[in-house]
Amino acid sequence: MSPELIAQLQFVLWTVLKIAGIMVVLILGVAYYTYAERKVIGFMQVRKGPNRVGFFGLFGKFHFWGLGQPLADVFKLLLKEIIIPQNANRFLFLLAPILSVAPAFAAWAVIPADDWLVLADINAGLLYVLAMTSLGVYGLIVAGWASNSKYAFLGALRSTAQMVSYEIAMGFSLIGVLLLAGSLNLTEIVLAQSGGLFDWYWLPLLPLCMIYIISGVAETNRAPFDVAEGESEIVAGFHVEYAGASFAVFFLAEYANMILISALTTIFFFGGWLSPFQNAPLLGDTILGAGGVHWFLIKLVFFMFTFLWLRATFPRYRYDQIMRLGWKVFVPITIAWVMVASCMAVFGIVDRGV
Amino acid sequence: MLAEYFPILVFLGVSTMLGVVLLGLGSLLGPRRPSSEKLSPYECGFEAFEDTRSKFDVRYYLVAILFIIFDLEIAYFIPWALALDTLGTFGLFAMVIFVVELVIGFFFVWKKGALEWE
Repeated sequence: MSPELIAQLQFVLWTVLKIAGIMVVLILGVAYYTYAERKVIGFMQVRKGPNRVGFFGLFGKFHFWGLGQPLADVFKLLLKEIIIPQNANRFLFLLAPILSVAPAFAAWAVIPADDWLVLADINAGLLYVLAMTSLGVYGLIVAGWASNSKYAFLGALRSTAQMVSYEIAMGFSLIGVLLLAGSLNLTEIVLAQSGGLFDWYWLPLLPLCMIYIISGVAETNRAPFDVAEGESEIVAGFHVEYAGASFAVFFLAEYANMILISALTTIFFFGGWLSPFQNAPLLGDTILGAGGVHWFLIKLVFFMFTFLWLRATFPRYRYDQIMRLGWKVFVPITIAWVMVASCMAVFGIVDRGV
Repeated sequence: MLAEYFPILVFLGVSTMLGVVLLGLGSLLGPRRPSSEKLSPYECGFEAFEDTRSKFDVRYYLVAILFIIFDLEIAYFIPWALALDTLGTFGLFAMVIFVVELVIGFFFVWKKGALEWE
């Protein structure tokens, strides 16, 4: 083999290894996010949450707060039967979960956790993220249609309409970020916010930031916008007919999407890995003032917690209320604030770019 | 330049494989005991008496069309937002004209009742 070929092979192998690393972290994150969800909501509702499954009885009567629960869940889901209903379109029925998990994970390729910690530092990062989050809708509608079941079909229609509606508000919010950052590259967007807590874009773009977070919740079909799976109305929405591993894949996609939206909120509006005390008089020179992965993780976990917090706090919206909020409230506000943000950029109220 | 996009291609492949592998594992490890009751579409206590492939509310279709229009508007905004440095005040006013027309269209859709759900 020529040395060139070996170098290329090494590059490919190295890339695959890095991707495997990201995926392992993400899958573990999803597993323990479900655990955290049950615990957090448990404590918010003054009950305990899962506390029985330890690490396979290895430690006798010590259960370690039920930390083994996610592992037990994974094995349970994998060992169950995959049911393919009689009238379903077999190929599309099995394709749908793959269609929904692939973009949810692939979007992570461009997410920077630090200025060096990113797989592909491409200059169209934001467009790529927009494309990937939009693709998620296909998995849903294909699942609902292929199941050939009334409940699945209605659930898929509802969630699709909801997701595309909120995607518009999300897109307009990101235009605001683009206006101030002047770049599509996610690393540059973060660096453009350097300077400390009040230089992050949540302040000049406050309405857009709020709308982005709320739309993110609606986009992932989470409570209080989870009409797609309103148990009292259409059982579980588009994935009624899915069981075992095929359901697990949908589950993985949903939670990976929640973590993704939290990461994106952090990057676009809360300065990514930057420290809030950067350039602050006293703390700025200490370890707290230095940006890094730890700040990214702290912010990420906070927004992930917000998802659970919202779920435990608010009752479910009615479907017509959801559509009204998306179209008649969010779209006008975002269009207006995009114009305000463009004035800020043109008249130099906020420094544009890095 | 394109080399930067190569990891993304690989990532798309790997994440697709993740779905395939999980489904494969599930069908390998799980049992398979089909019965006509189990394979019938979900229904609340009675046989499904209507085909699912039937008519549905036109409003879903309307939302899809509106989505395409507005998403295209967003696509127009992106290059403008990036080039605002060189466009300056002229670019700002050009966009104000565009937005006014967009808002007129939005107002029309609103008044026609396309955004109403009951």
